[in-house]
Amino acid sequence: MTTEIDRREFIRLAGIGGVVFMSGISGLPGQAMPGNKDFFFVQLSDSHWGFEGAKINPDAKGTLKKAIKEVNSLNQKPDFVVFTGDLTQTTDDTNVRKQRMKEFQEIVGQLDTKVVHFMPGEHDASLDKGETYKEFFGATHYTFDHKGVHFIAIDNVSDPTGSIGDDQLEWLKADLGRQKSDSNIVVLTHRPLFDLYPQWDWATRDGAKAIELLLPFKNVSVFYGHIHQEHHHMTGHIAHHSATSLMLPMPEAGSMPKRMPIPWNSAEPYKGLGFRNVHSETKARKYELTQYPINEAAKV
Amino acid sequence: MIKKTAIKALAITSLIAMTASNALNVQRALGEDSKTIKISAKRYEFAPSEITLKKGVPVVLQLSTEDRSHGFYAPSLNLRADILPGKVTELKVTPQKTGDYDFFCDIFCGSGHESMSGKIKVVE
Repeated sequence: MTTEIDRREFIRLAGIGGVVFMSGISGLPGQAMPGNKDFFFVQLSDSHWGFEGAKINPDAKGTLKKAIKEVNSLNQKPDFVVFTGDLTQTTDDTNVRKQRMKEFQEIVGQLDTKVVHFMPGEHDASLDKGETYKEFFGATHYTFDHKGVHFIAIDNVSDPTGSIGDDQLEWLKADLGRQKSDSNIVVLTHRPLFDLYPQWDWATRDGAKAIELLLPFKNVSVFYGHIHQEHHHMTGHIAHHSATSLMLPMPEAGSMPKRMPIPWNSAEPYKGLGFRNVHSETKARKYELTQYPINEAAKV
Repeated sequence: MIKKTAIKALAITSLIAMTASNALNVQRALGEDSKTIKISAKRYEFAPSEITLKKGVPVVLQLSTEDRSHGFYAPSLNLRADILPGKVTELKVTPQKTGDYDFFCDIFCGSGHESMSGKIKVVE
């Protein structure tokens, strides 16, 4: 039996952060695998809890909380929520890092959604190779399966060089070895796996190796964060979709001399801190993407 | 003859990662015709942050860090190296085109990491 999700409800979901609607996408067009069910998941990213800078975000302590409230106000709950990294703002002080992660955990604990998956960003994990992150959130790379979709979380930040590393690539290869060529695979990661704009460190040093391992599989999509804006890119048949931030928006790659956050505009509060929805259409085998800004009322 | 000796010395010496003493040997072997530029990295800046090179003139960039690991990456010049504490890292470059080329730290080093960058100007 397939779970039908009302179209209007889906559009309302789009007002949060990044909502992904998976519609039985396994197998050939229109031939969903047995047992597959349509579902939503919410992708939130780059909340940078602990960031301070009134010129960039005067509501630094409120934006994440608004997002959580919006998720909770959905009529139809997502099956799970995933945070694709930079949960917290980096700090040299381990105690401060722990405090930020504790506060983040408490805020996110207000989610009604039972299942929440976390991933680190370089701000969470690069200075101590993920040690503190793991104390709070567990493994930095892992897999899980949900209603016919195989999710793979890849850690490209615990190594401060922005690399996945040979060990994890071997782990990825072994995991993919257990998948069929037409399996539905969704990769979750923080940095782009492809060279989006190396001049601003928007890349993964050995990301090409991961893409090479993924290319033999027909149905692969990648959802990531790091660049604080919506961006869509194809490497062969693999689609890569970035999410917006819940703290500070960044300019388009190369559009400014320096990689600096976009200042807050009081005439358009929360501009660039929005959200995206993705609608996967079964027969057409395509994603429908829509981007909306966060609203000040914290309601969808 | 002096030039030939210099080229030989460069060829047999690793230009990616070297000890400080080796780096000094290279500097001597290069002689007056070549140039060594020292670039020091620390959170969150390179010093100097802007260097000027001449098109077609070989240069050795001598990279060191005052605090922790940093990266040096100039994608448009295909130059990159890790700068590790206690080591002098060398990169040889002979720029072929005039223009401005950005470089930046590509090993995450803290809250100001994103702004740690510099520029290489290549002139005639």
